[in-house]
Amino acid sequence: MRKGYYEASARDRIRGVIDPGSWGEFIPPTERITSPHLPLLDQPVAFDDGIVVGAGRLNGKDVLIAAQEGRFLGGAVGEVHGAKLVGLIERALKIRPSAVILLLDSGGVRLHEANAGLIAVSEIMRAILHARVQGVKFVGVIGGSCGCFGGMGLVARCCDVLLMSEEGRLGMSGPEVIETVRGVEEFDSRDRALVWRVTGGKHRYLIGEVDMLVDDDVAQFRAAIARAIEAPADFSLEGLEREHDMLARRWSRFADANDARDIWAGLGMPDVTRMALMSTEEFTRAAENVRERP
Amino acid sequence: MTRRDTLERLFPSGWQDDAVFDNGFAGTGMCDGESIRYIGVENATEVGVDQALAMARLVLDTVKQHARRAILFLLDTQGQRLRKRDELLGLNGYMAHLAKCVELARANNHPILSLVYGEAVSGGYLATGMMADACYALSDAQIQVMNLPSMARITKIPLGHLEQLSEHSPVFSPGVANYAQMGHLQEIWDGELAAKLKHALMRVREARPADQRMALGQQRGGRCVAYEVVQRVEHAA
Repeated sequence: MRKGYYEASARDRIRGVIDPGSWGEFIPPTERITSPHLPLLDQPVAFDDGIVVGAGRLNGKDVLIAAQEGRFLGGAVGEVHGAKLVGLIERALKIRPSAVILLLDSGGVRLHEANAGLIAVSEIMRAILHARVQGVKFVGVIGGSCGCFGGMGLVARCCDVLLMSEEGRLGMSGPEVIETVRGVEEFDSRDRALVWRVTGGKHRYLIGEVDMLVDDDVAQFRAAIARAIEAPADFSLEGLEREHDMLARRWSRFADANDARDIWAGLGMPDVTRMALMSTEEFTRAAENVRERP
Repeated sequence: MTRRDTLERLFPSGWQDDAVFDNGFAGTGMCDGESIRYIGVENATEVGVDQALAMARLVLDTVKQHARRAILFLLDTQGQRLRKRDELLGLNGYMAHLAKCVELARANNHPILSLVYGEAVSGGYLATGMMADACYALSDAQIQVMNLPSMARITKIPLGHLEQLSEHSPVFSPGVANYAQMGHLQEIWDGELAAKLKHALMRVREARPADQRMALGQQRGGRCVAYEVVQRVEHAA
């Protein structure tokens, strides 16, 4: 039976992704490790500070897994939230799992703990990249209702492999932030089709920002993550040069693009007006020979 | 302080720009007989895809052409560029690419330092200065996520309440002192910058420290739970 990933809770997502009976959570909600900063602002706390971290197996392989809970302050990163993720990465350096899986669902830095959140995001990035140099593999997953924005948009792109659903959203500044600062003429955040064209999974897949596009179904996410774990890890000068070429090509070809459709047509995607209607399978087939990749 | 003044004070025995990009610059400065690669942005610019790409190129070229040469990021940025075009092109991907290039440099024994000489805000700071082995700021510089009035508006918490809390907690409000207390800044600089740079380089070269900002934040009383949380997750049975 199909179970939507977009609407699922962090714990439901983990349950759907790992092998039954293999889960063990680190500092679970019963330990009541909560934000020390939110009570000062008369804000409610969560007993997991909006992120679940633990260990499990996927098709019998040991993995570490983290899932952000978008229902708590938009999955935003505060001091404890960030430290749980850094701790998981430090643990990966010791136990060497097959992969660290990050189920991302976050608006970025938690403004209630602004400075602590920003520093935490930079610590997550440094920890991931340091671990990658040491050969630990990271699989990022985007498909929740908060998308993946702010500093977490950078964290996502620090992973070895990035998976995303069409409904997922990925970016740095959210459309609301740009509209607030620059006005509705720059970015109309209520224009859902526009937001989808800029931040949505199909666009990100076509331009080479994500590696796999997945249907909004927990079982399909599980299958895709299992495939992603098999991908070879690479953190080399050659790999970064290839990525650099892709990004330089994108800049030189599309610096003047006004809409995602200009980019899709420029890449040679047939029938761009129908793109929103295509199923994931039909779309990935049509995109196979035109999508960018490093 | 202007970037020219900053460079003069960091490198009294000489510096020379050799690359420019939109509100950005790079060159070589001499520190105690050693060549330092500096890469920076100026005029409180917003960092967009083109600038992130240019900085990534400069870092990769340093790795390829100058083994073990130290890299110093000099920052004056008001954040990431807030434009639809930059989002369309995947600004987060360009920023992450820059961060990866910095990590590659670190892995190849290039010491990485950063100095905020003007402003540093959120996304403009993350992939550059915040990736350094050791982060510094001038005493009259500014580091922030967001000013308190904007924070009050978005979180719907009264401004007066935030202002009152910020007198006792480094977590909410802008300021280099707060970032030092929380362990992010190794040190706040003024006075003889050349001597401080030399010392900072020596420190990184000797210890090649892992990211110690959490432990430092705990010691200084600015971030009291992060370090313990990491230990608990790392060592949970």
